[in-house]
Amino acid sequence: MDPSRFTRIDPTTWQIEPTGAMRVPGIIYADEGLIRDMDEKVYEQTANVAMLPGIVKAVYVMPDAHWGYGFPIGGVAAFDADESGVISAGGVGFDVSCGVRTMLTGLNVADIKPVQKELADSLYQQVPVGLGSKGAIVLDPLEMDAMLKGGARWAIARGWGEARDLDRIEEHGQMAGAEPSCVSDRAKERQRREMGTLGSGNHYLEVQAVTEIFDQEAADAYGLKPDDVVVTIHCGSRGLGHQIGTEYLREMLPAAAAAGISLPDRELACAPIKSEIGQRYLGAMRAATNCALANREIIGHYARKVFGHFFQKAELTLLFDVSHNTCKVEAHRTDGAAKPIYVHRKGATRAFGPGHPDLPEALRKVGQPVLIGGSMGTGSYVLAGAATSEKLSFASACHGAGRAMSRHAALRAWSGRQIIKELADRGILIRSPSVRGVAEEAPGAYKDVSAVVMAAEEAGLARRVARLRPLVCIKG
Amino acid sequence: MTVEGNMPTPGWEDFPHGADVGIRGWGRTLEQAFEQAALALTGVLTDADIESQTSVEVECDAPDVEVLLVEWLNAIIYEMEVRNMIFGAFKVTINDLHLRGTMWGEPVDQAKHMPASEPKGATYTALRVAQRPDGTWSAECIIDV
Repeated sequence: MDPSRFTRIDPTTWQIEPTGAMRVPGIIYADEGLIRDMDEKVYEQTANVAMLPGIVKAVYVMPDAHWGYGFPIGGVAAFDADESGVISAGGVGFDVSCGVRTMLTGLNVADIKPVQKELADSLYQQVPVGLGSKGAIVLDPLEMDAMLKGGARWAIARGWGEARDLDRIEEHGQMAGAEPSCVSDRAKERQRREMGTLGSGNHYLEVQAVTEIFDQEAADAYGLKPDDVVVTIHCGSRGLGHQIGTEYLREMLPAAAAAGISLPDRELACAPIKSEIGQRYLGAMRAATNCALANREIIGHYARKVFGHFFQKAELTLLFDVSHNTCKVEAHRTDGAAKPIYVHRKGATRAFGPGHPDLPEALRKVGQPVLIGGSMGTGSYVLAGAATSEKLSFASACHGAGRAMSRHAALRAWSGRQIIKELADRGILIRSPSVRGVAEEAPGAYKDVSAVVMAAEEAGLARRVARLRPLVCIKG
Repeated sequence: MTVEGNMPTPGWEDFPHGADVGIRGWGRTLEQAFEQAALALTGVLTDADIESQTSVEVECDAPDVEVLLVEWLNAIIYEMEVRNMIFGAFKVTINDLHLRGTMWGEPVDQAKHMPASEPKGATYTALRVAQRPDGTWSAECIIDV
């Protein structure tokens, strides 16, 4: 995008002034290079979201933003139910509560190296990935509803997880207000055999090594040291979330028109929060959130089983589990007193700063871990939410590197086999059912994750704590 | 990439979108364009040949032809996922915005099909169903993968 289209507030804050039907400004946090490389559609989509009723303060856009559906990926928008505010299925996304969890292993790189290949093969065997993979868990209707209500708590009660994880999961592992009755039979059918499956696309399970520490105090609080090995899982609510997104998006098309909301883009289909369909979507979306929390808990359990096989004394402890496709009711100060508002984060991570009362005691002093997935080759980051994020972005930060190139272009540019070989030469083992899928996810198809997190740090959204590099990547 | 206005009939292709993928089908009739778009959807997943071992029938309705395309593609995505199948041939009839579709395919075999990114859903982004000046139809949208 051309930087001259924005009002430049400071080197990492770029404002779209409200014009036409925009009710509030759009604010993009990025450095000038990232702004120049960003898709033109991000500007258009940001302006479109700013037109929706009941929007509070501004539309915020993270440094990893790119062209999405209605909302830009990397968009944050909050709505006030008392001001005719809306809830948008597109603003949450198809993969409801897609997110990342990172688990500490207590091991270091030297422990992993001798068994790296066997570990990769075992993880690939244990965790179902890609289309056509089905999990070992089959849910009957009663269990399905229990899962949709219980989230990670449900998984733990069934033996697929550990109770001490709950403090380290958003919503303490269980999203309140979930209504399984608002989830269609078709959505449940899609999920019946998919618990504990990773999916495909950009989802992965990685064994990673800590390569660099940026903030010693936070790293100590998080339990991260150079050369430590961690396991990171990126996935979401699988077929259930996709079907809920599909169905409610379709149902919100006429609902928006009936409520007198003129949509600049059909994909922005939304409904007033205070409406029958708005409430029904909230119940379904929260159930899908529990599905994602349960799914990541189960996959974490599988990782524990595999590590337990290779390292009898290894204990995998959860650092944190955080979603980046959500809508949550949170109290934020807008003018004066804190007020509950509906914060949509589409490809953006909640980033509570130090002292936030919702954080567990051990993390409260340094702020919430913000887990940033990079590409298979370039590595990932652990950040800590900054105190300033509350004022800047309703306490949100980026969620990944963000794609720089389409899947189409990546397929033309790279061969999956070549990438697997090159990464293996650099000590990174890829396991995937699809060489084409690997080419689509080539490291070069992503933005420079370091530039993205630097921009997030400079803007005051989150600060860097540690950098991770992959040792094993299980990819759908 | 095929140039607009110079389209052989029928056919399909994919086109770039930021993180995902666009699909486009075209044909002499609306039905053919929908069948080709379905082939493009399968093309997102695999380049392998697919045997027509079993068939599945679906029906869908919509207020206009564009939403009907999204409904049709989402119906295929649903059948793929719950039946654990992949489809390589499609037949569509459309009457008054009511679609009847038949799809032929086989169970997913990861070794044979090496499926890449599974589609999560068809979207309203870059959604366009239109008749061209030469009378042919095209049908396209972005698929979230």
